Amino acid sequence: MKPPRFDYEAPASLEEALQRLRESGDDARVLAGGQSLIPALNLRLANPGRLLDLRRITSLRGIRRLPSGALAAGAMTRHADFERDPLMQRHLPIVPAVMRRVAHPQIRNRGTIGGSLAHADPAAEWPALCMALDATIVVASASAERRIPAAEFPLGVYTTALRPGELIREIEFPAWPATRRWGFEEVSRRLGDFAITGAMCTLDIDANQRCTAARCVIFAASERPQLVAAAAELVGGPVTEDAVARVAKAARHSISPLSDHHASAEYRLELVETMTARVLKQAAAMAAPTQESIR
Amino acid sequence: MNDMVRIQLQVNGANVEGTVEPRLTLADFLREHLDLTGTHLGCEHGVCGACTVLLNGDSVRACLMFAVQVDGADVVTVEGLAPEGALTDLQANFRRHHALQCGFCTPGMLTTAHAFLRECPCPSREEVREAISGNLCRCTGYIPIVDAILATAEARNDGGAQGAGEPK
Repeated sequence: MKPPRFDYEAPASLEEALQRLRESGDDARVLAGGQSLIPALNLRLANPGRLLDLRRITSLRGIRRLPSGALAAGAMTRHADFERDPLMQRHLPIVPAVMRRVAHPQIRNRGTIGGSLAHADPAAEWPALCMALDATIVVASASAERRIPAAEFPLGVYTTALRPGELIREIEFPAWPATRRWGFEEVSRRLGDFAITGAMCTLDIDANQRCTAARCVIFAASERPQLVAAAAELVGGPVTEDAVARVAKAARHSISPLSDHHASAEYRLELVETMTARVLKQAAAMAAPTQESIR
Repeated sequence: MNDMVRIQLQVNGANVEGTVEPRLTLADFLREHLDLTGTHLGCEHGVCGACTVLLNGDSVRACLMFAVQVDGADVVTVEGLAPEGALTDLQANFRRHHALQCGFCTPGMLTTAHAFLRECPCPSREEVREAISGNLCRCTGYIPIVDAILATAEARNDGGAQGAGEPK
């Protein structure tokens, strides 16, 4: 189908975009990469009066390293940029690995991190990945800026903590410690399809094989990505097979999955337990990155 | 609402101008305004990949972009892969390996594979499968398509028709 009629504007600066967004009220939608919004328009699921296209705002693009060692990415940075970026490959190796499972190359060449986070599809990788990395979403409006922890950003299906008049400006990823390892798995019917259920984790494991930090996120199972609280039980000891099995079981009991035409809630529960165990084992088995490799 | 917008871009190496409604997709602009009907439209919501074109060298879905968004950009369609009219090495391999039947997915497959081989000149079979995962084909079962792409990469790496048919 063809999209409905709308006014189109491509402001040249962030200030101008925020001003236009404030004036437009509920009638405007922000167009980032368009890989979710344009299908919604083509299918006539969305019918905004005005589209504010961010494509000309160059300050919203690119990845840089902050003095603290954290990485910051502009909201209009494309999935493909994360996949290829040397800073990401070196300092946040989980990111390029997860990007390779985001849709298809053609979509990754257009889709953006800001667009994906603002769209808040529970099966999308970015909201879960930002949660796993304890990222901060920096949002701006014409009058102020706010910093929102990634874990508090998605509120439900296609619903976020963004308020009217706000848009995502930047995402900050804290520095990745030398002791960190990671795991990622998702199940989808076809490579590039949205996940039926997925999991990702980071484990910090010291030289004595003791786990010092653990973070695990389940996504595509319920209305928003969820941190597995039981992962904290891994901290303080070695990551044993028994401990992994206990965390995976706890993850299963902490989630109320959705049934949809892709999978039943029961099947997703099975996947939650299996995926949690798999990613934790993957991370535990991963060779520790050397101090050198992450500098 | 709905004012017409003037755009200017490069398509297959030529300067092109147009006056378009903002809601006109790039795919419809190419097909309806420029008569470049090699870009096919299947699903119009980003699933089938038949509309794949190259935007500043990257493969993208022409149904998931508006023509107004490509103002100033460089677009190459399947017609632009072989500007002299002769088949490129990739296209010749599609024919040789029976990688097309009805031909509907072929333009998207070719543009996708063209961009992919530039980025990944020595692919494994698995990498080729991954690269075309966003392009649906309902006839061939993909195996001949994968064979054609791999054969092209191998021939180029053996010093074969490297660069033949590069868009001008």
